[in-house]
Parts: sequence; structure tokens; C-alpha cells
Amino acid sequence: MTEKKKSKSKSSEGIGGGSLGEALRVPALAVLTGLIIGAIAIVASGSNVFEAYSALFIGAFGDPVRFFSGFQQLFTTGETAGLLRAIYPFTESLVTATPYIFAGLSVALGFRCGLFNIGAEGQFFIGALCSAFVGYSIVGLPAYIHLPLALLAGAAGGALWGIVPGYLKARFGAHEVVNTIMMNWIAFRLSDWLLNGPMKASGFRPVTPNIEHTAELPRFFPDPLRLNWGFILALIVAYVLYWFLFKTTLGFEIRSVGANPDAARYAGMNIIRNFVLVMALAGGLAGLAGASQVLGVDHWVGQGFSAGYGFDAIALALLGKSHPFGVVLAALLFGFLRSGATRMQSMAGVPIDIISIIQGLVIIFIAAPAIIRWLYRLKSVKVEETVLTRGWGK
Amino acid sequence: MTNVLELHGITKRFPGVLANDKIDIALREGKILALLGENGAGKSTLMNILYGLYKPDEGRIVVRGQEVDFRGPNDAIARGIGMVHQHFMLVPVMTVTENVMLGVEPTKNRFFLDKDKVAARIREISDQYGLEVDPDAYIKDLPVGIQQRVEIIKVLYRSADILILDEPTAVLTPQEVESLFKIIRSLIERGKSLIFITHKLKEVMKIADDITVLRLGRVVGSTTPQEASLDKLASMMVGREVNLVVTKKPANPQEVVMEVRNLYVRDERQNLTVKGVTFDVRKGEVLGIAGVQGNGQTELVYALTGLLPIDSGVIRLLGETIHRATPRNILERGVAHIPEDRQRHGLILSFPVHDNLVLCTYYQSPFAKGVSLQQNTIFGNAEALVKQFDIRTPSIFVNVGGLSGGNQQKVIVAREFSRPIQLLIASQPTRGLDVGSIEYIHNQIIKKRDEGTGILLVSSELDEILALSDRIAVMYKGGIMDILDAKKVDKEYLGLLMAGVHPSEPVKVDESAAPERVF
Repeated sequence: MTEKKKSKSKSSEGIGGGSLGEALRVPALAVLTGLIIGAIAIVASGSNVFEAYSALFIGAFGDPVRFFSGFQQLFTTGETAGLLRAIYPFTESLVTATPYIFAGLSVALGFRCGLFNIGAEGQFFIGALCSAFVGYSIVGLPAYIHLPLALLAGAAGGALWGIVPGYLKARFGAHEVVNTIMMNWIAFRLSDWLLNGPMKASGFRPVTPNIEHTAELPRFFPDPLRLNWGFILALIVAYVLYWFLFKTTLGFEIRSVGANPDAARYAGMNIIRNFVLVMALAGGLAGLAGASQVLGVDHWVGQGFSAGYGFDAIALALLGKSHPFGVVLAALLFGFLRSGATRMQSMAGVPIDIISIIQGLVIIFIAAPAIIRWLYRLKSVKVEETVLTRGWGK
Repeated sequence: MTNVLELHGITKRFPGVLANDKIDIALREGKILALLGENGAGKSTLMNILYGLYKPDEGRIVVRGQEVDFRGPNDAIARGIGMVHQHFMLVPVMTVTENVMLGVEPTKNRFFLDKDKVAARIREISDQYGLEVDPDAYIKDLPVGIQQRVEIIKVLYRSADILILDEPTAVLTPQEVESLFKIIRSLIERGKSLIFITHKLKEVMKIADDITVLRLGRVVGSTTPQEASLDKLASMMVGREVNLVVTKKPANPQEVVMEVRNLYVRDERQNLTVKGVTFDVRKGEVLGIAGVQGNGQTELVYALTGLLPIDSGVIRLLGETIHRATPRNILERGVAHIPEDRQRHGLILSFPVHDNLVLCTYYQSPFAKGVSLQQNTIFGNAEALVKQFDIRTPSIFVNVGGLSGGNQQKVIVAREFSRPIQLLIASQPTRGLDVGSIEYIHNQIIKKRDEGTGILLVSSELDEILALSDRIAVMYKGGIMDILDAKKVDKEYLGLLMAGVHPSEPVKVDESAAPERVF
């Protein structure tokens, strides 16, 4: 009985209707269709599709032949170098996915409350700068204090960038889309100034100094493998967010406010408080995205550091249907595509932009599932209305 | 006599629903055909087919002996069919003339609108049928009854001679209903034929020449007012015997639960909509607030439940003022609220039944421990309430949006009645519901009253007010016209008060009033 209840209660979490398989069917077909159309683009650009996609696969997951020889080497000589080289592409994909997970969760959380957080990009930037500052400016702390402090600084910086539009919406009814966009520009210009002035390391380039080793997220493998605890942290945060949204009273309120603010108010929920809370948490998550990138991968911040993570995050939240686990899967997909694309470019000579086309197609198909249902003659299920954001000024 | 309109074997399927199943109806020339049925009986689908908005899967439409195939409303209009919708299709900031000419704008010199010609035609129609509509008035300044006449003019202007009126009395005062009936008769006198869609039995008996009853997409029978009786029509409509009279013991009013003194409230647009309202609600009685919709009842209820701030005045709940109380605060003091708009305020349609049943109490024990929701308790609560309140749902995990209107309302009633309450504020508790659900919800409300709960009932259905209330307050333009003893009041007098007329002569007492009926 409890088992049945558990499986059923999933439907209330809005991944889609019914079973998990059904929920994954459309996204999976969307990816497949994206790849097929991408293949046409590759052919049109005069390259070999098979070559391109096998390079994409090897770039994303690794070369099976290398795996084999790596294991062989490990068992015969005890050497791990070959195996490490074999898993390098896979770990790089996970490294790429890490900030995607955090940032995707940020936007997804906003959607759950009916808020459209376009400010993940700026929050990401501020989070990165704050954690970098704590990372390089404080010297002599033990790692178990320094690292949490740096992470916390990143989350706090992002949260601050989220609270501002949250408060403006709650207090004055100013639409969060406008204000998060404005906050993005403030973040970009502020970082320009910081990187050229107060936070600039000695030298010509506008970059921060390297952070202390004590603030680094530990890596699992020796260089050049960069997979670090940030990835595990992202998975943990995704699970905590899932628990928060679906198993706690606060999450119930947030989802109620998102699904029907009038009913939420009728039921005695404080809409304004939820708006501010969610924008702060969403900002914090995007801030952690920046922090994980600085503390785990780059160890410094430079101009153009973010590379659009915050904007891709919107697509990730859509792709993951604003469900934490869905976002993780979507982020992994983007991680594999992005990281595989690099190899595709170098090996098959296919421009990296093809991946942007595929990503764009996947997003279109997810946003308009009717296309996929029509293409594959899927039985139309009752479309669950996903409210992403409310009207202006409400 | 010839039939101007015949439908033969009309069938319309929607995914999973057979909305119309081989429906035959016939409208005689110069007669009124009443189409009677509950919500979901298929009336609207049928009318949309007739008006060319839907295409039937099977069946034929015959207008004046000629089979037709409508591709859209324009085809229907060309055949002389006109529709007056339940929700008026008028632009409030435009004049009557401008609204009437929308879509068929005549021009002079090719570029300039010829408003004068339209206005003249409107005057002509207005005189001919006794409509008394000023073509130059702005819609927003007109009362609802006159707005409806504008809709009728729109149809007549397009030279329709078969008129379809969809639930035309839903928004009218009893007096306005009378004048609508007069207009309908004058239309008939001038040779128009009319289909009158409704779920109100009394109106059907009064105005119709022929009656066709629909249930679950089928014609269950045709009759005439001479042959039928109210009870017979009701059981045809519902499919079983219905008790039209709410049986209740005399009230036993005790101490005051809610005291309202000189209350002023502004609506969201800052217009003063409640102006100096004063009343008491006692435990164990039903105070009914009658009035045509839009006379401040909505804002009054919002103010009492904390959804709107009050401008001035006093609200006391069990002796304590609750001026600045939040909705939650008021909830926790034992006020239950069945909101007027159940889909907007009462439910989260995309949430499952079990979550909607704890929408107001999810944070309290036993549904939560700390911040952690106790899902098994929430499920158990839902299973119990679904059984107790007879909510027809495939399971408690189904989204509430998938339930019928009656069952959605039962979810709200179950939720609000299942926590300890002192006062129930029920706003339009049975609007749009079928007779069976109305019966059920009325009985539940009376049961609560007899348990000693104070009930504030707000309804624009006069029959509902009369059936349930112990005292009746009539609201008009934000004020209370009078508060009357329900036993000593007659409908005529209430109707006058609802229209804002305060007769100077003393209250007409009609002791021999017929038993109070629900319809």
C-alpha cells in the first residue's frame, strides 16, 4: 500500500503525468530528434555525420578502446594512468554539468513559485566573485573552515542579488523579469570594475588572484582530471531541494503560491514572504554555481567568466520540467553535449555551434511537446499546465 | 405549424466524452423552446453546434426546411440565427452603438463609420420591442439588465429571427427577469422564435411553450408546461427523485460570533464598494445576504476573511477586533470560507485532491511535524474525507482540476467543514452546480448550523437565500437595505429591495407563502 502511494505521489510533483518512463519519453525523443536534425545540419556543412557523432560520443563519455586498454594496463602493471586518461572525457562532462545543475536548480525553484529568474547569470557572477574573494584574501585558515566559508560567501552573494528583485516585486509589484535583467547588468559592470581594480591580481590581465589551496573543492583524481566535490555537492543540493519542495511545509507553500497565488492567499499563505524567500534561495543556488566553478575548477575569476551558464539554466529548468531530478538529468545532457562538442570540433571539423543548434532544437521540442507527440504519433495525454511566470506587475 | 429549426441525431464527441448523443430537437415558429438541463448535460455544446462554433460528428441541422452546414458563426447569422451569450460580449468603454456595429461596421465615403445610421436603427429596434435602450450610452454605465438588452439588439440588428438565449436570467434581479420575459413575449409577438437555455425550473414553467430536457448529453424527454410539474422536471433533469425543499428545524440562535459595525471597504481598484454595513451573525443561525451580484458582497466577504483591508468600521470575531488580521489569523480563529470563485480562490487545480484537502491546515499537527509534511497522515485524511463527503474521484491522487464542478465544491466543503469552526462564510456555495450537489451542500450547511456554527450565506440566488436563511440582509450598492426575518418575508418585497427600491409602506407579510424551493 505504501509502495503504491509512493509511486502515485510522484505524479503530484509534476514531472508530467503518470510513470517515470512516460515522463522521460518526450525529453528522450526530443533529444533524439534534435540529434537527427543536427545530423542534417552537419551534412549540409559538408562533414561526415558518423565521424562527427562518434567524436561527440567519445568526447562526452570516452573512447571504449581506451577504457579497455586502461583496464588491461591496470590489471597487468597496476598502472592507473591509462585508465585515468580513458575516463578523462567523462569526468570533464561531469565538471561541465556541475554549474549547470546549480544554475538550473536556481531557475527551476523560481518557476515553482511562479517567478522567472532571468538573473541567474548575474547571481552566478556575483557568487563567483564573492567566493573568490574569500578564497584568496583570507590566508591561514584550515580547509574545513575556509572552504565552507568560501562556498557560503558565494551563496550569500548570489542570494543578495536575488533578494533585491524579490523584494522589489513583493513590495512594489515590480516584475522580476525586468529587475533580474537589470541586476545582471549591474553584476557585469560591477565585476568589470572589480576585476580591473580592487580585485585585480598583479599583471596585465583583469583577473583575480588564485584562491588559496584551503578554499579549493578537493579533486578526486590527479591532474589533469578536474572532477571535484562540487559535483557531489550539486547532487546533494538537488536532493535537498527536492525534499524541500515536496516534503516540507515551506515547499508546499512555494508550490501553492506558484500554482495559484489567489488560492494560496485564501489559504493564509504569505505570498510576499514566499517571493522574497524563493528569490533569495534561487540567487543562492546560482551563486553556488559560480562558487563551485571557481573553487572546484578555475580557482580564479576573469572577465567573461560565466559563459552563459545563467541563461542556459533557463533551458535546463524547462527541460527538467522544473523538477530537481529532471534538472540534474538535463544538466548532465548539456554537460555531455558541451564537452563532446569540443572534441567533435577538433576531430571531425564540425563547428561547435552545431551543438547550440541541437540544444536549441531540444528546447523547442520540450517547450512544444505537441511537435514530438505528432512526429512519433504518441497518444496525447492531458497536458499539465505549467505556469512559468505570472502577468506583469502582479 | 412549421418548425423553423430542427436538429436530427446530433452527436458530438470530445476525447473521452460523449457531449451530445443523437439529439433531436425542434423549434416551432413563433414559439419558445426551453432547453433544460444541468451543467454538463450538453446544452452549451449543442448551442455551439447550432451557432456554428463546433461541427457535429453526426446529425443534420435543418433551418426552415433546408439542411445547412455551418462553418462558423457567420453562416449561422446568415441563416437568421442569433445568440445572446450568458457572459456578455460587450466592450465596456464603448457606446451601445459602437458595440452593436462591431463586426459589421457600415461606412460612409468608404472610410468613415456611419454611426448615425446604426443609432437610428437601434432606436427603431428599441421602440419596436420596447427595449428602451439609449444608443449613445456607454456600456459601463448601464445596469446588467440593460446590457443584456444591448446583446439582444446586437442579434436583432443582424436580422436574426431565431434567437438563442443562454442562461439569460443568471445575472438578473427578479424585476429584471420580469422585464426580460416581457421583451421575450414581444419578440414572439413579432414572429421571432426563441430557444431559452436554463437550469431554472420555475422560469421554464412560466415562459416556455415546449420543454426539452437534456441529461448526460441525451434528450430524456420533451413536454410542455401544461403537462409537467416542477418535481417532474427536476427528476427528469437529475435522473432521480429530488427533494426540492430544504427541511430544517427552527433556528436556535445563541451568542454573537461576528459583529460588523459601519464597515467601509475599497475594492482592488480603490473604489468604495462596501459602504457602512452593520450586522451580527449568531451561532446556530444562517444570516443570508441577498442582492444582485456586484453590489459589494464580494468585497464584504474579502474584508471579513482578511483578503481585503478595511477602510473603516469594526469587525469583531468572538468579541475580538480583527481589523489587521491576516487571512491565516482569521482562519485559525475558526472562520471557514467557501469562496465565491472556487477555481480562483478555493482550489489549486494542478494539485491532487489530498493536497487540496489540507490547503489551510498543512502546517498544523498532525499534517506536519516541524517543517516536514506527514504524507501518510495527509493521505489518510483525504481517504476519510472523500468517503465522508461523498467526493466522486477516481482516487485522492487525481488533480482536482479533473473533477466535476460539484465534486470540486465538495472538496472545498469537506476541507472547510473538517476543521473546528465557529463561523462559516459561504459565498455563492452552489453556483453552477447540479441539483444533486446543491441538495447535498444545502443539507451540509444546515447541519453545521444545527451544530451551533454561525453561518453567513452570500448568494445572488434568491431561492437559495430563502431556502436556507433565518434572517435576510439585502445588499444594494454597497449598503444594507434592510435585515428581515426570513419567515416573514416575501419574494416580491425582497426583489424590490434588491433593486434598491425601499417601499415606504410597512413590510408586506405573507404568511401563506409557498414552501421555500431551491430553484
